[in-house]
Amino acid sequence: MVTSEMPAEVGTKGRAQRPKRRSGGRGRDSALAVLTPVVLLLVWELLVRVDAVDARFFPAPSAIFEQMLTMMSSGELWDHTVASLRRLFIGFWLGLVPALLLGVVMGLSRSLRAAISPLVSGTYPIPKSALLPLILLIFGLGEMSKIVMVAIGVFYPVVLNTMAGVLQIQPMYYDVAKNFGARRWQVFRTVALPGAMPSIMTGVELGAGLGLILIAIAEMVGANSGLGFMIWNAWELYSVETMYVGLLVIALIGYGLALLLGQVARIVTPWQAQR
Amino acid sequence: MAGTAVTGKRVPIDSTDIGRNTVGAETAAVAPTKRQDTDVKVAVRAVAKRFDTRSGTVTALDELTLDIPRGQFFMIVGPSGCGKTTLLRILAGLEDPTTGEVEVGTATEGRPENSMIFQGDSIFPWMTVWDNASYGLRMRGVPSGKIREVVGHYLDKTGLTAFRDSYPHQLSGGMRQRVSIARAFANDPDVLLMDEPFSALDEQNKTLLQSELLRIWDETRKTVVFITHSVDEAVTLGDRIMVMTSRPGNAKAFVEVPFERPRDVLELRHRPEYGDIVYDIWQQLRDEVERSQQAQAAAPARRGRFGLRRGGR
Repeated sequence: MVTSEMPAEVGTKGRAQRPKRRSGGRGRDSALAVLTPVVLLLVWELLVRVDAVDARFFPAPSAIFEQMLTMMSSGELWDHTVASLRRLFIGFWLGLVPALLLGVVMGLSRSLRAAISPLVSGTYPIPKSALLPLILLIFGLGEMSKIVMVAIGVFYPVVLNTMAGVLQIQPMYYDVAKNFGARRWQVFRTVALPGAMPSIMTGVELGAGLGLILIAIAEMVGANSGLGFMIWNAWELYSVETMYVGLLVIALIGYGLALLLGQVARIVTPWQAQR
Repeated sequence: MAGTAVTGKRVPIDSTDIGRNTVGAETAAVAPTKRQDTDVKVAVRAVAKRFDTRSGTVTALDELTLDIPRGQFFMIVGPSGCGKTTLLRILAGLEDPTTGEVEVGTATEGRPENSMIFQGDSIFPWMTVWDNASYGLRMRGVPSGKIREVVGHYLDKTGLTAFRDSYPHQLSGGMRQRVSIARAFANDPDVLLMDEPFSALDEQNKTLLQSELLRIWDETRKTVVFITHSVDEAVTLGDRIMVMTSRPGNAKAFVEVPFERPRDVLELRHRPEYGDIVYDIWQQLRDEVERSQQAQAAAPARRGRFGLRRGGR
């Protein structure tokens, strides 16, 4: 394999130089990423201390953290967070599984695609939050209505991205599968699903984000637990610090979700060059 | 000999007309009479393929009849658009002929009829080298011990053992095509079909892979149907070469290649006969290439192969 090593060698040489520059850039990038919010918080704190901003609307970060610690020690924050995460989790799977199956089937079957895709793309532009009254009417004020809202949020991006992912697989791969004797379900498992996986993961990331938005909205209207309820309740009680605590926790959940799903994407699509 | 007709109709194999249309007698070192004794592996009987397009019916293949004996390395050369890929896809069972029959004689029960080495990147990007090479065996449910043995052997032969856990994007184009070769050979089919497997490679890699292919093939001497647009490749690899006419595609000439096996790809090209055969085939091919170019210039709109493929019956 003498000749074949040549391009590989050239490849590593090119690669060996780049990471050096890139990792240096990355280190500086992450330093900047931490520095910006810290500076912003300090400025904010300072502005409140010198009465430059109205502390009723923009309480000092120190006051917000203090409130957060109080709520944590009383267990209140924990209860609301768990309630939201639970709904998010159940709703996520409730939306994901049918979306995946339907998306792959729609990608593989032309007639099913023709039959279902107008329905999906026709209802997709409806703001999901506008469905909340209807969902409350159908599923009542209990847990189910919130779970369904999350499921709807997850369903649409996943079904559309899965279908698109299956459709963009090169026809040649299906020829290969057929030529090497793959049966129907084997084609599904070895070609359609892995081939669409990068696109599916994009859909899942979008869906999880949408689910988080919808859970907050749903809990504001028809719930007595959860972070959405906590924020809404704080507005009614005029406890501005609590509102900020709720926002902060939701932001942290969103960030955590993005990190988690990025990790999952790396595990389920190991063939992709590092993103 | 058990036979499976691709069109579903079983046809007894009649080997009397093998070599009947052999052209280029001065190069035919093996007498046609000798060929008649060997049994026919692939029988193509009046196979035609027509596509309906908006501008009328296009005939890609025009009642082609052809016999390929067992163990022959059979090459097909022709201008682009002569229907050679269509013929190979029909042999592979990926497309049905409009009329006519294809029959592949199967020797062993449970062995796949054919495996194809596709043009360009056909190995799955989401599978490791090992999973790609073992694909056919895994789909057939071959016991894992057997898979380890067979796939291990062919990865070794193709120099891929160290890369067994790599993904295709980590490999060079030549390495990826080696995986495709390993995948087809490991599947242990009766007939190997190759659709311009080296056309995307640079000259050095092409020569290297050609000699590797011959070395691996020498172990089993399976029947091969190999499509190429390179006359050099045809003469280097093949036992017999079919030159095709431009659309509608049919056999224009059959050329026997007299070189012995095993062959040395580089040494071969030094021989005076090599140049003669190449020149011979070019003579046959020249008119067809010109005709094909004129046809393409006349109808630029329907040049695309894919536009045609959709319109099948």
